Amino acid sequence: MIELKDVRKVFPARRRAGEVVAVDGVSLTVERGEFAGVVGPSGSGKSTLVRLVNLLERPTSGSVTVDGRVLTELPDDQVRQARRSIGMVFQHFELLDSRTAAGNVEHPLELAGVGRAERRRRAAELLDLVGLGDRADARPAQLSGGQKQRVAIARALAVRPNVLLCDEATSALDQASTAGVLELLRRVRDELGLTVLLITHEMAVVKAVCDSAVLLSQGRVVDSGRLADVLTRERSPLGDALLPAPVADAGAGHGGALLRVTVTDRTPETVVLETLIGDLGLAVEIAGGSVETVAGGRYGRLLLRVTGGVEGLDDAVQRLRAGGVLVERVPATAEVDR
Amino acid sequence: MSDWTRIYPQLLDATWETLYMVGVAALITVLLGVPLGVLLTVTAPGGLAPRPALNRLLGLVVNLGRALPFIILLVLVAPVTRGIVGTTIGSTAAIVPLTIGAIPFLARLVETSLREVAAGKVEAAMSMGARRRDVVRTVLLPEALPSLVAGVTVTVVALISYSAMAGAVGGGGLGDFAIRFGYQQFRTDITLATVVLLLVVVQALQWAGDRWARSLAHT
Repeated sequence: MIELKDVRKVFPARRRAGEVVAVDGVSLTVERGEFAGVVGPSGSGKSTLVRLVNLLERPTSGSVTVDGRVLTELPDDQVRQARRSIGMVFQHFELLDSRTAAGNVEHPLELAGVGRAERRRRAAELLDLVGLGDRADARPAQLSGGQKQRVAIARALAVRPNVLLCDEATSALDQASTAGVLELLRRVRDELGLTVLLITHEMAVVKAVCDSAVLLSQGRVVDSGRLADVLTRERSPLGDALLPAPVADAGAGHGGALLRVTVTDRTPETVVLETLIGDLGLAVEIAGGSVETVAGGRYGRLLLRVTGGVEGLDDAVQRLRAGGVLVERVPATAEVDR
Repeated sequence: MSDWTRIYPQLLDATWETLYMVGVAALITVLLGVPLGVLLTVTAPGGLAPRPALNRLLGLVVNLGRALPFIILLVLVAPVTRGIVGTTIGSTAAIVPLTIGAIPFLARLVETSLREVAAGKVEAAMSMGARRRDVVRTVLLPEALPSLVAGVTVTVVALISYSAMAGAVGGGGLGDFAIRFGYQQFRTDITLATVVLLLVVVQALQWAGDRWARSLAHT
């Protein structure tokens, strides 16, 4: 649905600063109906990247294809047409203060030349969809941050786009509003069959709603894939960013050998412990770790300290790997560091 | 003091002349100054339609218009006035220099107002497939409206001040009245009465403008 091929965006040198390579050869694909995330620290080029998708920024080189149309080959007026099938939601909502909630939702319909009666009907329907049917006449100034973003989402959906772009859509919201907005995004994706590309600097957002993600750093893709895959892939920077490697609890015992184990729905900790303790007779304690829900599945990273039967450890690692468990021995030096 | 009955009708005439000059000049100023302000904004570097050369030229013309003392402008544009109105004397003739003086003033105020509209709102409209003229029509002007109304109010008050000088070209009005009856006939009471009248007009205008701007603001 969205395909970027080797896209570069270079901002020319300004008076003081030299030229800035914001996006440096990024290729990525988002399938129809997928909820994809682009995550990275500030300054990694995320915001520029999302603007390349609807050509708010024209790429310096490379191609952008959305819904089968190569946008980078279209003249400006056709790009404008194409933008109508790509909704966009912004960090600071960008609603017009001069219009009511309903008036804001009608804005894109007005631009598309939709008649007044139809605009009214559609705005009411969309405000109902985002749970603000009773606030149609409210001005943005009278709405909370979460409500403003809901109106902005309704506005983005007004012209029935196939693609929704979200630029840090929850970064200006508190936790409760964030959860509400993310749930809404997920729901409209499911109900309307949208393809969503969401930009964020918060891993929690990716974990809550995305099916797949791209990790961006200094304008380049560091890692990407479906969350279910990267979490069970060895040495995946994205997987490690989503579920950081656990640190041994300071109060835990010392000595023995440390194992870092990733548990999933398919290979839960009960299976891992059963293998180590039950089958192999090792003495194991949990030195640290956490288990969370990611992309609807249960994933965890545990740090296990094997204090008894260390000589059987290599065999244990082999057994676990054979069972499809992602496991690695933590070198002793690493423990000293901590 | 019995001569007030003689002076009063003339004061009334002078008031109407001022209102006529300022009213017509304000109308033309808004019609031409707002588009000029829009042009200044959109052609600026980083604007909707950057045209650096055109922008510099417009900026120069606008600055020239604002830098000239009004009394000089009055004399300088006399040929233009004759071309448009057919004469350089009278209230109608005074409207030409008043308008030419006020347009650059309002254009700068309009430019400042439009610049204050958040760039993100413009970007949001672009993401909906808006054309540049749609952005001006549906985003920039409506979002800046309270500030534009305030700018027009300031411009009209400035026009009243300018119009006092129009007496120099026989434009009539309250300023002219104060000079002829008050100053030249050593009638301080007439001068003061005129000043009070002007003050009332300016206060009423400012009050109405502020109220209107406030009723439009939804922030």
